[in-house]
Amino acid sequence: MYDVEEVRKDFPVLGLEINGKPNTFLDSAASAQKPKAVLDKMMDIYCREYSNVHRGSYLLSEEITTEYEHARQKVQKFLNADKAEEIIFTRNATESINLVASTWGRKFLSNKDEVLISEAEHHANLVPWQQLRDEIGFTLKIFKIGDDGSFIWEDFTKELNDKTKLVAVTGMSNVLGTVFPVKEIISAAHAKGAKVLVDACQSVVHQKTDVKDLDCDFLAFSGHKTYGPTGVGVLYGKTELLQAMPPYQFGGDMVDVVTYQKATFDVPPAKFEAGTPAIVQAIGLGEALEYMMHLGLDNIKAHEDELVKYMHSRLPEVQGLHEIGTAEGKGGVFSIVMDGIHPQDLAFVLDKEGVAVRVGHHCAAPLVHRMGYESLTRASLGLYSNHADIDRFIQALKKAREFF
Amino acid sequence: MTIDDLIENFEFLDGWEDKYRYIIELGEKMPPFPDNLKTDEWKVRGCQSQVWLVPSKEGEKISFRGDSDAMIVKGLIAIVLMIYNNKSPSEIKAVAVEDIFAKLGLEEHLSPSRRNGLISMTEKIKQYAEIL
Repeated sequence: MYDVEEVRKDFPVLGLEINGKPNTFLDSAASAQKPKAVLDKMMDIYCREYSNVHRGSYLLSEEITTEYEHARQKVQKFLNADKAEEIIFTRNATESINLVASTWGRKFLSNKDEVLISEAEHHANLVPWQQLRDEIGFTLKIFKIGDDGSFIWEDFTKELNDKTKLVAVTGMSNVLGTVFPVKEIISAAHAKGAKVLVDACQSVVHQKTDVKDLDCDFLAFSGHKTYGPTGVGVLYGKTELLQAMPPYQFGGDMVDVVTYQKATFDVPPAKFEAGTPAIVQAIGLGEALEYMMHLGLDNIKAHEDELVKYMHSRLPEVQGLHEIGTAEGKGGVFSIVMDGIHPQDLAFVLDKEGVAVRVGHHCAAPLVHRMGYESLTRASLGLYSNHADIDRFIQALKKAREFF
Repeated sequence: MTIDDLIENFEFLDGWEDKYRYIIELGEKMPPFPDNLKTDEWKVRGCQSQVWLVPSKEGEKISFRGDSDAMIVKGLIAIVLMIYNNKSPSEIKAVAVEDIFAKLGLEEHLSPSRRNGLISMTEKIKQYAEIL
């Protein structure tokens, strides 16, 4: 474990006052705050090393190219990938998934195939597959989850068959907090000859992720949720898949030989990184992952597990409150409703009390509807969350109860 | 009550709690909104809560009925209608709603990022003033 009060000092935003109250930031699942190490690193790059990557014949460009590729190695280490070449920098996880859909999907899926996803997917791991289905004509299958948000093995395997070519699942639901047994899912999918893409946006933040141990084919996550900057995301892909896939976008930095009429393409990862990438953001992301690895992913998980327990010990104090998603072993995401209080009204009072939560369908509208609601209020934890955050959240919920 | 009365009353209210209790009361005191008008036709889009708005015209003057399933938004609707009701189209166009909300200390609710529908609602009111 680590001293969370020391850790909080690394995050300038947490020290702010909001509406005259301490900043109770419980929206890390939407986007996490950044430690000073990340901000300093990015500032430093802009001040002392900035130029374009992979192009220059001068010192600064060599230095920043080294930094950029070093960031790739940090991602490789973070995911325990075999090679740095298996790490592609994208804009965000949404782009990572779209990349797989429009390159691997378009080339390897046919109208006889099935793509299997869960009921608990974020729009980013649903809509790209719907769009590709409309284009190619494969069947998009959705496996059910329990009413408490739990993953049910039989409901998954029921939909998995020899026609399944791809299973695309979340590692952890951004609405319900359910942690999916990704390793077992992958092994079952592989037994049927299907590839697996893991939307790891929520899961990489809260627990150790080892792509070799999981044996996943693709894995996507966003920089901004892993305490890094916005504008950068990651796609991990197995080498043989990345080699077999066509490029995603075309232009500079991804080509081998170009004539006026023809072009041949570079090898991965360059093949998938057309144009000038988010250089400084990627380096910032590397720093953020370094920060997490320094704290230790197991320590982060232990800290957050303890807070989940604490939250669950306090939530029953609030009258008429229901938690949506109560699967065993869930992560630090709490979607709630309160009898007789509209989520928007609830969020208003929480905001006045300095508590930041998210309200709405959380980019998973079909899931929120499937759970029986139009809109949910969600509080989510990060590695810097502490008991006082939860105390102030519970206090604010009680205040809302009184107010309406 | 006129909007000037409201601005005056607001000056006596301390802290957000009293102010918003008062706003919620304004919403509760609005004439009941008929359930059969809670349809897509009368729905104002772009809101986190559901908001309905129905215009009516008497002579030159336009009035509106409105409702929301969220209590604070419903109270804010009562204020918006206090501002716009029983006005001619040209009077509606001349209203500086942002200034009035600023005087009430409620300008945050007209921020585009709030998505509570008040902006969409005032836009809709201006549209009705054009076509009715």
